[in-house]
Amino acid sequence: MGRFWSIIFLSIPVLGTAIFVWAAMGWYPLEGHWFPELVVADDSVDHLFYTILWLTGIVFIVTGLCLFWFLWKYDHQKNEEPAQYSHGNHYLEVLWSVVPAIILLFLAIYQMDAWAGARMRRPMLENGQPKPPLARVTGRQFEWLIQYPGDDKKLDTADDIYLINELHVPRDEEVVLEITAKDVLHSFFLPNFREKQDVVPGMKQFVWFKPIKDGKYDIVCAELCGWGHYKMKGQITVESKNDFDAWLKKAYADQELSQYKLAEAE
Amino acid sequence: MSSITADGQAAHAHARNEFGVGEFLSTYVFSRDHKVIGIQFLFSTLLWFLIGGILAIGIRWQLAWPWSDMPVIGPLLFSAEGGQISPEFYTMLFTMHATVMTFLVIIPILAGAFGNFLIPLMIGAEDMAFPTLNMMSYWMMWPAFFFFGASFFVAGNGASSGWTSYPPLSTMTDAAPGSGLAQTMWLIGLTCVGVSSMMGSVNYLTTIIQMRAPGMTMMRLPMTIWGMFITALLQAFALPVLTAAGFMQLLDRTVGTGFFAPEGLVVNNSAMAAGGGQPLLWQHLFWFYSHPAVYIMLLPAMGMVSEMLCCFSRKPLFGYKPMVYAICGIAGLGFIVWGHHMFVSGMNPALGMTFMVATMMIALPSAVKTFNWLGTIYGGQIQFTTPMLFSLAFVSMFVLGGLSGIFMAATPVDVFIHDTYFIVAHFHYVLFGGTAMAVFGAIYFWFPKMFGRMMNESLGKIHFLLTFVFLNGTFFTMHILGAAGFPRRLADPYHYETFRPLLPINQFMTICAILMVASQIFFIVNFFYSIFFGPKAGRNPWHANGLEWQAPSPPGHGNFDFQPIVYRGPYEYSSPDTEEDYYPQTQPPVEK
Ligand code: HEM
Ligand SMILES: [Cu+2]
Ligand SMILES: [Cu+2]
Repeated sequence: MGRFWSIIFLSIPVLGTAIFVWAAMGWYPLEGHWFPELVVADDSVDHLFYTILWLTGIVFIVTGLCLFWFLWKYDHQKNEEPAQYSHGNHYLEVLWSVVPAIILLFLAIYQMDAWAGARMRRPMLENGQPKPPLARVTGRQFEWLIQYPGDDKKLDTADDIYLINELHVPRDEEVVLEITAKDVLHSFFLPNFREKQDVVPGMKQFVWFKPIKDGKYDIVCAELCGWGHYKMKGQITVESKNDFDAWLKKAYADQELSQYKLAEAE
Repeated sequence: MSSITADGQAAHAHARNEFGVGEFLSTYVFSRDHKVIGIQFLFSTLLWFLIGGILAIGIRWQLAWPWSDMPVIGPLLFSAEGGQISPEFYTMLFTMHATVMTFLVIIPILAGAFGNFLIPLMIGAEDMAFPTLNMMSYWMMWPAFFFFGASFFVAGNGASSGWTSYPPLSTMTDAAPGSGLAQTMWLIGLTCVGVSSMMGSVNYLTTIIQMRAPGMTMMRLPMTIWGMFITALLQAFALPVLTAAGFMQLLDRTVGTGFFAPEGLVVNNSAMAAGGGQPLLWQHLFWFYSHPAVYIMLLPAMGMVSEMLCCFSRKPLFGYKPMVYAICGIAGLGFIVWGHHMFVSGMNPALGMTFMVATMMIALPSAVKTFNWLGTIYGGQIQFTTPMLFSLAFVSMFVLGGLSGIFMAATPVDVFIHDTYFIVAHFHYVLFGGTAMAVFGAIYFWFPKMFGRMMNESLGKIHFLLTFVFLNGTFFTMHILGAAGFPRRLADPYHYETFRPLLPINQFMTICAILMVASQIFFIVNFFYSIFFGPKAGRNPWHANGLEWQAPSPPGHGNFDFQPIVYRGPYEYSSPDTEEDYYPQTQPPVEK
């Protein structure tokens, strides 16, 4: 039976690697079981993921094969040699502490720049001031309130534009968004943008990215916010600067109109 | 709920013929004997294991066939809803599944069941240092069982703000159906579990420090005891924080303090009275406990696996001292990595960076342990018994869980995979693939000591094979889902167009999960059959070295029928100094 069990354990690295390769290549039947299309300029998340995938993948395969080989070879029904009376090996211990330590330290330092880019280096204006947010996104059970500053470029003034679950951003521009929450925690998750930030009531936060591909993408709520969490879905549209300006103008006009109509009705 | 416990033990009582109600109660119910308490913990936690498993099937059902009637279990779980899972019910399911599995299964089965049973036996003591405290630590679990159990029957059918219970969702009674009474009961239950663990850990620490048999130096302790010792330390230092945080949340909910609520909060159109607090404070306090808690759920398992790997490879442990240092390293670093659960929470990004470095470093002792286990089986005489298979599974699965941890420790990657199924894959590989496999192995291994009879090997191997296959079928593909950004905790992920192609693979996983739970029938049958009819085990059926194997099976009150004296470490297998391939710790050295 030792042979049988060895092969069962061998199947872990073999099948595991196969599934990852299959999904990453998008082969049948695992099409679309991998990263959603990347639509921002910064590919550091994907790059880092693949770097770690290679490193850990090698460790995974090598340890899996060792386990298999030891089980195959030292099965007591097949192995004629007596068990080795050994309490360890100092050099091996040093080796397998120092090598992983170096790799892990390398990874730790290597990723710092991407993190700083995503969270610490907010885009600047030419005059050295931090770039003001294009819009404010507020999470509330169970919808995303979107607020654009309007012509005066200031939030919370009379010409603000209010929308629900519908966010538009211009392409090829650094976009800064202010995000916050009204009631409980939510999380502003844009899978195609590799962006996620919990929104916390009482805290004002900023996220930024530079979209480079036109299209409509999901805004997902990724932090449990109550029974309706699953349907807290928004949509983010990336379009050219001109289309964006036109859309914003129309949104403003629509809003004026509906307010006018409301006033009429009363 | 305790009928199995009562039945199992009542049968024993009859075998020992006439003996009054008073004796029965003091021997089997309110016993102060560490072995009985350990077995009581074992039965209670295994029962909750089953309940937790059924809750999980509910979750999986919804992810595979959303909004459709669930056969058999559906009407059982939620008759009122006619077998269909509502979103609020789904939220409750994953909250209570995680709560039950962490607080009522894994933590108490490791520390409560195996800690209690094994510590005095393995160090050569008669009993725990404080037997009455020990008994109370078990009976403190019952209020917890009651509060968690009863919370299924109040409004909302149970707490439903996740096992992490993040405020304001959990503190504002209007925020969710389960945020009312059920959440209060959840907090009280959690406190009871905490008190129980605290009583246990004080006892374990004292016992291990004070009551070792002559010759049992710290560096001759079995790895299981090292695991339990460090775990008890972790509990003692981390638990007070969770308990305090629990009380703060309770106060926020009941008397209107605002520890975790900011100014001007409006939930569901009702305003929160107090303010001035911070939701992130809870997350810090919660993870300050719950990160060490993941090691509380792991270190004893690592110890038990080391035991079994040596015994069934007939080889000394590879690198005993590095293994001990690795456990200590994990425990030490374990206190400064909690922030890795909060990389995207809104915590200061500079702080996130320091937590990232510490988290990367904690993968190091885990790697060292894995290499030493591989070193242990290298060059051995490997016997493929059921406990050995489960231990090997532990090693193989722990590698996966540890490696996926590195992805999440990388802050920029975590931005993408946080709160996706990648996380779910990670912790199921360490907790189910890891700890639960170790626990199954340990049950097969120490069963003869607990009940004096052997479990059936063939049934054990079938149980192993099915569990191992379906476990990977259920959890491996979660990595892929995570890479696709599939979020956790959504009642209907297919509400998003993007995730709709992932439905078939979810159905595959659900089928595997159902089969995995069903396979446990082999274990249950084997377990109960063997208690009564298994072949009688001698003192040392596995030819192992530990002190517990020198005591009778099962050991009587006071454990040993001789005074154990320890001459060597626990892993002297295949020593050239003796004829046999094992060399019990108590056997005096052969004169040459
Ligand atoms: C190799 C060492 C490990 C590393 C580097 C690591 C890293 C991490 C990280 C960074 C997270 C947070 C991910 C996120 O929410 O975005 C996490 C979550 C988790 N880890 Fe680990 N981990 C390791 C080992 C373990 C072990 C041994 C266990 C348990 C026995 C464990 C149990 C958990 C659990 C339960 C969670 C998820 C909690 C939740 O959000 O519900 N981890 N781990
Ligand atoms: Cu949400
Ligand atoms: Cu952690």
